[in-house]
Amino acid sequence: MTGLLVIPPLTALVLLALWGRPRLQAAVSLAGMLALLGAAAHLLLEVAPGGILVWAVGGWPAPLGIVLVADRLAAALVVVSTLVGVACVLAARSPHDDPARHPAWHPLVHLLMWGVCGAFCTGDLFNLFVWFEVMLMASFTLIALGGGRERLEGAVKYVAMNLVSSVLFLCGCGILYGVCGTLNMADLARIISAADTPPAVQAAGGCLLAAFLLKSAAFPLFAWLPASYHTAAPATAALFSALLTKVGIYAVLRLTVTIMPLSGTLLQPILLWVALATMAVGVLGAATQMELKRILSFHIVSQVGYMLLSIAIGGATALAAAVFYLIHHILVKSNLFLIVGLAAAHGGAEDVRRLGGLRRFPLLYAGFLISAASLAGIPPFSGFFAKLATVRAAAEAGQWVAVAVALAVGFLTLYSMVKIHREAFAKEAPAAPVPLAGAGWATTAVLVLATGTVLIGLGAGPLWRWSLAVGNELAARTPYIDAVLKATP
Amino acid sequence: MSVLLAVLTGLLVAAGTWLVLKRRLLHLVLGIGLLGHAANLLVFAAGGLSESPAFAPGGTPLPGAADPLPQALVLTAIVIGFGATAFLLALAWRAFRTLGDDDLPGWSGSEPPLENDHSEPRP
Repeated sequence: MTGLLVIPPLTALVLLALWGRPRLQAAVSLAGMLALLGAAAHLLLEVAPGGILVWAVGGWPAPLGIVLVADRLAAALVVVSTLVGVACVLAARSPHDDPARHPAWHPLVHLLMWGVCGAFCTGDLFNLFVWFEVMLMASFTLIALGGGRERLEGAVKYVAMNLVSSVLFLCGCGILYGVCGTLNMADLARIISAADTPPAVQAAGGCLLAAFLLKSAAFPLFAWLPASYHTAAPATAALFSALLTKVGIYAVLRLTVTIMPLSGTLLQPILLWVALATMAVGVLGAATQMELKRILSFHIVSQVGYMLLSIAIGGATALAAAVFYLIHHILVKSNLFLIVGLAAAHGGAEDVRRLGGLRRFPLLYAGFLISAASLAGIPPFSGFFAKLATVRAAAEAGQWVAVAVALAVGFLTLYSMVKIHREAFAKEAPAAPVPLAGAGWATTAVLVLATGTVLIGLGAGPLWRWSLAVGNELAARTPYIDAVLKATP
Repeated sequence: MSVLLAVLTGLLVAAGTWLVLKRRLLHLVLGIGLLGHAANLLVFAAGGLSESPAFAPGGTPLPGAADPLPQALVLTAIVIGFGATAFLLALAWRAFRTLGDDDLPGWSGSEPPLENDHSEPRP
């Protein structure tokens, strides 16, 4: 776990020293990201048999000091995130990604990864707030990098909404500390399961849930996402789409599963309906859009709804579905953003009606077909199994409205993907697309992520059994609490 | 003391919300700043007024001593809030200079109006 939190800031420092030397910066950045992937894979191998790693950072035991905790969920998410990091750093080498030429881009990406790894691995609520801020400060600068009218507008909206969310997060932390006298997640879980969830704890839970839902772009506070993500550079947007909302969902999961179980509280039906509204509004928004990145931005919102639905249903099977969905979605969504970045660069437009003929680029076309089919949930790709698991969990819980909404939203997702396919890839181009010099790097990144998607689809059985084990561990709660509170520094 | 802090927090949240909902960019920045201060006061009031610090021997109350942890939390939050506000101010200035306008509802470049299939694609 040390490597995860030490490699990114060191890489960022070295990259800052290499300011103005783009080739060297790109090489060092890739090396740093690969090292981070190695550290993440090592962590996953360590916890894969079912252990929970606990590291009391200052040498103080759990409720007093800040602990870092890695269970299988955190480790798996860190691995998938760093894989996306590698792909985005690779893709940023292609010349169409203009803001990624800025000397601050690579250092900021590593600081963002630092915040993401810390957020996944922390075992303390206030420490989570701090990691969120590390991640947000890096993302604030990344999204505004390069300037320009649309980008600055999008950045102001993004920054303002996320700062409001941070305020809510802080209020929730303060109230929770006032009631429980601790901010250690395992200790909070122990206290809250013992007590009968007093109203003040529910109020704090409401504050925290609102903050996390805002960060995950859930209905009704989602409008900032499609207003800002599409203005960022392709590699930046791919990184954001994969990581930022997913960290929000991870926080929702930790809050509503580990810290304070939702069942029986007012928050459960609220979360369920928020999830359904998020799915429906996101996919309907996407259906009205004609610009590539805006279509995909609305689809992030809709897919966030699927994951929230599983979390709201609760129980081992539904949580396993959420875990599976998170892993699948991170790869597919970032890949689609990289693909449409390349598509827009080849065709010279963002609007699908001005594009066409992109099937002439076979590797790009293959990457798109795999990712789009997976997002829409066509077997045998990863998205099919993720959606199947979600729908099954909803059916087992007797939530037939949720089943109907999930199936309908899946169908409309297919409609959006067919729209992009028909307009940008299949139809004849209004103007012939030009091959782009140096697009090989981004295409390689696309293929790396597409391979990951295919592997998840092929290995869906083993991965699902593994997700079930993780879901059981999450739903039981005690393994996490015991591991943290009984750990010796 | 608690009542005073509660009233003050409420006032700050009210003023912050009012400013955030106004049209001007500068009001937005100031509003978010006020909301941040309200959150800091809330953390302080919710956890910091008891007389039983974390390391009091045997958990006995120490008169005149407060729990230091919320103060540490607030200190951290103030530093982070300062950084975030500074960034937001710089961004707002840059946006104002580029867009030549600080009227937020007039900004629509990043959210073009909905189009139907008969309309012309944007250049």
